[in-house]
Amino acid sequence: MGASEALKPAPRIAVSGLGKIFPGVTPVTALDNIQLEIGQNEFVTLVGASGCGKSTLLRIIGGLEYHSSGTLAASGRPIEGPGADRAMVFQHYSLYPWLTVRENIRFSRRLKAHRQQLTESDVERASGRADSLLELMGLSAMAQAWPSQLSGGMQQRVAIARALMSRPEVLLMDEPFGALDAQTREVMHDLILHVFKLEKPTIVFVTHDVEEAIYLGQRVVLMAPRPGRIDTIYDVPFGSDRRQDLKHSREFVELKREIVERIRQTAGMRTDTDLLARLSGGE
Amino acid sequence: MSRSRQTARPGLWAIRGPLSARHYTGFAMIGLVTPLLLWWGLVELGWLSKVFLPSPLAVWTRFLRWLTTDRLMADVGISLYRVMAGWALSALFALPLGLFIGTFRPVQALLEPLMEFVRYMPAVAFIPLVMIWVGIEESAKVAIIFIGTFFQMILMVAEDVRRVPTAQIEAAQTMGATRMEIIEQVLLPSAKPALVDTLRITLGFAWTYLVVAELVAANSGLGYAILKAQRFLQTDKIFAGIILIGLIGLLTDQLFRWLHRKAFPWAHLKH
Repeated sequence: MGASEALKPAPRIAVSGLGKIFPGVTPVTALDNIQLEIGQNEFVTLVGASGCGKSTLLRIIGGLEYHSSGTLAASGRPIEGPGADRAMVFQHYSLYPWLTVRENIRFSRRLKAHRQQLTESDVERASGRADSLLELMGLSAMAQAWPSQLSGGMQQRVAIARALMSRPEVLLMDEPFGALDAQTREVMHDLILHVFKLEKPTIVFVTHDVEEAIYLGQRVVLMAPRPGRIDTIYDVPFGSDRRQDLKHSREFVELKREIVERIRQTAGMRTDTDLLARLSGGE
Repeated sequence: MSRSRQTARPGLWAIRGPLSARHYTGFAMIGLVTPLLLWWGLVELGWLSKVFLPSPLAVWTRFLRWLTTDRLMADVGISLYRVMAGWALSALFALPLGLFIGTFRPVQALLEPLMEFVRYMPAVAFIPLVMIWVGIEESAKVAIIFIGTFFQMILMVAEDVRRVPTAQIEAAQTMGATRMEIIEQVLLPSAKPALVDTLRITLGFAWTYLVVAELVAANSGLGYAILKAQRFLQTDKIFAGIILIGLIGLLTDQLFRWLHRKAFPWAHLKH
């Protein structure tokens, strides 16, 4: 390894030869020999047919599940469990319904205050941080509301703000917009891109929506099932300034078609093809 | 003018249909008053002997006599004490143990099968054992109520804690929360409304074991009074005692519901 290599900062996330086997009567290989490096301030999306292990991989990076083999590290430190450097945003049910929007966002601060490591200036800075996150997410008017009073889109904005509160190095997002309607989802896409520019976190984003994966990601990691593995990594050539019309451009549509087609191939969707043939043949 | 049929309101009998507060009160009154009227009518027909079925009026006069000359309040007081003590003692052990069962799988494996097993043992059958082990003092009555309540309560508490969404726990983990912090700041506050409901429901269980508990060498209390009335064939007093226990139960239940709304306003929002 040369001197220049040694000077290069460790990648935010480094996954090498990672495997995950769910034990059982017939053990299932959820992930097989995963090789993936994610750089600082990179936005990577994971897509693939169901059962490809994209969520499992994300949860392993988050430290919420253990791997069976291989190594994995965050900023050079081996990952041995969940930590505040890797905050996670879930699809739903993760907000604390007994806390107001503001209190939810400040939850990581509550933890610190509880440990009595809090100084006066910390309190000040923290409330400033919470306020600017409320502002950024368009939630200022709802600061004193309870989560159950918010729409699904607003709830997810609270969840994102709460995850950002302690300035994590990595933001892990597990189909965060999967339960939202199409219009709300578009708003959330532009919002998360804005947050990405402003806060400069590293984002790993799992989705089953190819359009979402391309629109948000700088790289799209396509995973294949049985066993779960990385099939292809696509570089998305659209730069950092993205607008909704991008989705209608030829390049975008073609990349989307290519990825959708590949997912179909990796999934070996024989059943669906058979079904379609029967449906069209059976007048 | 013809009536508009565009905005046909769903009828009263629509499946899971809405019901106005006025209608609700109306139906509730019918449900409560009808048995009373039936009771009254049956007595007025005169087919049944007074020992078999006393009139509502006789029960009321018996109640007044109990209240004025037969020390009703003392009976209520001591029974209330026994029920509350047995129930509170249950809660004292069931809340922490249930929390640990619902949180740590080894504790669940250690305790839950055992509790499920003991739960089916009849509390009444423990009376002779309790008399040998605890004696025949107040503590024996409290012990019977404890036995009847605790094993149900602990399993319900464990279930309440288990129902806390995993995403709430995992979100805290990825914000750097320790195990203790997750128990204190996620599991407990998240399960609290369900826990208060469990306490409310199990207080009802505790009341149902009162008569059983006062089988043990008691000389006061509502349950004891009912048992004694049985010996003297005072059906009117049995009625008065049973109805009174029902009313006290209803009152504490409403108190708990009120407390629930006050303590957890966020859980009572209309969407």
